[in-house]
Amino acid sequence: MRRARRHGLRSIALGYLLIVLLGPLTMVFWRTFEHGFGRAWDAVSDPYAVHAFELTLIIAAIAVPANTVFGIVCALAIVRRRFPGKGLVNAFVDLPLALSPVVVGAALFALYGRGGWFYGWFSRHGIDILFALPSMVLATVFVSVPFVAREVVPTLREIGDDQEQAAHTLGASGWQTFWRITLPSIRWAVIYGVVLTTARCLGEYGAVAVVSGRLEGKTETATLRVQDQYENFNLPGAYAISLVLAATAVVVLVTMTLIRPSRGAEGGTGFVGGAPGSQERTA
Amino acid sequence: MSISIRGVSKRFGDFVALDDVSLEVPTGSLTALLGPSGSGKSTLLRIVAGLEKPDTGVVRIADEDVTAHAPQDRGIGFVFQHYAAFKHMTVWQNVAFGLKIRKLPKDEIRERVARLLELVQLAGLADRYPSQLSGGQRQRMGLARALAVDPKVLLLDEPFGALDARVRRELRVWLRRLHDETHTTTVIVTHDQEEAMEVAETVAVMNRGRIEQIAGPIELYERPANEFVMGFVGSVNRIGDAFVRPHDLELSPVPNGTTREAMVMRLVHLGFDVRVELVRDDGQELLAQLTREEAAALELAVGQIVYVRPTRQTTFAG
Repeated sequence: MRRARRHGLRSIALGYLLIVLLGPLTMVFWRTFEHGFGRAWDAVSDPYAVHAFELTLIIAAIAVPANTVFGIVCALAIVRRRFPGKGLVNAFVDLPLALSPVVVGAALFALYGRGGWFYGWFSRHGIDILFALPSMVLATVFVSVPFVAREVVPTLREIGDDQEQAAHTLGASGWQTFWRITLPSIRWAVIYGVVLTTARCLGEYGAVAVVSGRLEGKTETATLRVQDQYENFNLPGAYAISLVLAATAVVVLVTMTLIRPSRGAEGGTGFVGGAPGSQERTA
Repeated sequence: MSISIRGVSKRFGDFVALDDVSLEVPTGSLTALLGPSGSGKSTLLRIVAGLEKPDTGVVRIADEDVTAHAPQDRGIGFVFQHYAAFKHMTVWQNVAFGLKIRKLPKDEIRERVARLLELVQLAGLADRYPSQLSGGQRQRMGLARALAVDPKVLLLDEPFGALDARVRRELRVWLRRLHDETHTTTVIVTHDQEEAMEVAETVAVMNRGRIEQIAGPIELYERPANEFVMGFVGSVNRIGDAFVRPHDLELSPVPNGTTREAMVMRLVHLGFDVRVELVRDDGQELLAQLTREEAAALELAVGQIVYVRPTRQTTFAG
């Protein structure tokens, strides 16, 4: 009976994943190569598409490190420090998860567009924010803020500050303690946070769509190009670019799964490892 | 090196953790801070280490005022109850940590770590990770790590509290021997009176943020300063205003002028000792402690009537 029930649950979980996740992905794969490999290759290798991929990578290359540093600092502040407004910071970190990216785009538009607070200063100094890289980076940074902090906070809570205190008593400064004790302890949470942040940056559409102006070959990212191809009735092209984006995500997740440490071996925690206490023995 | 604590107070919100505490720990001594949980003993130790800041008062280590110093500038070794092992480092790397921070030459680090691992009997386990060690081994690693930096004072916060009874006893003896060899000024925090009495030359008994008495183990037991100390360093019967240790109750099969009648309620055999729970004719419950031979000579059994007399009792003024 119990075995049957377990198989039942497993079937439901697998079936759900199949219908909701794998089905659509398979269809994209199928549609991409429906008219032959050549059409798909043309779609991803034309200069506008290449530029779109480059632009997506450039934006991610700025947004991911920025949010990694911010996420770690933010998590340390939330878990290790006491300060007024801490609850507010904790709540605000999650704001981008709750807010539609289109709203983020609109907000940036209001701030940097004609009549916005920052419009005057930047236009006087000849710096383009809207319809240019800066606003696209800002939008992407905004929507991908939460991931590193959200991964690191529970891990920091779980490891406690015993090890950090021990390092201090052994003569380590705050900086040395961070690099030698704290960071190695949370590294799997950071890596997982970075992966999620990267995925979010590569996939960002709504906010960037509003602020970029979607100029082909200038401010068009990979996701924007998918929409562009779709609107121009080049469906195989849209599918081909989608496939590249989807394949990147799958490769990253599979790599993560393969290289992450075995359960609890080194006290990896959070999403990735097991609880550090799971292997403890007593004499 | 000596430790001097003068007039230290510490509050956490409304809770007074330490109330104007002063304590002198002479160079080369081993002092225990003994008290129930919440008595402030760990807070006091953490203030000496710089892990907590006192609200008022002064801490001196080796005659230097370190009250404002960060933990890393105090020259201390600290051992934590839950080991605080660096989980991502091997035993060797754990012990070498403080030496690497001090940027000692590689050869010297290698030599010192090897010597310390030998001292704590972990030489064969240098490449293991803490998760592969038993609790006792982890704590010995913690001690080696603290001793590696050649601290002026060694501070141990309930170091054996998370270990089982047998390992506890072993490590206690071992710590005592280690101290006899190294003569590092040591302060150990414990809630276990047996541990304090066995390991330390001087015991400071703490209660509710104050030190109740500072004395050697014998004096503490024989001449407790007050009711709290008397009750904390051993079992005690309270008879009216007087306090009587269980082994100071004399049991006899026949009455004489000064004895009172009592009935045996329960007998507990603890190897060499026998614990006898009695109730006197006036309802007063008593706990007596006899040797096995004494108990055998009285042929004690539950329900038996015996005659009880305190041979020694203590009263406290006020």
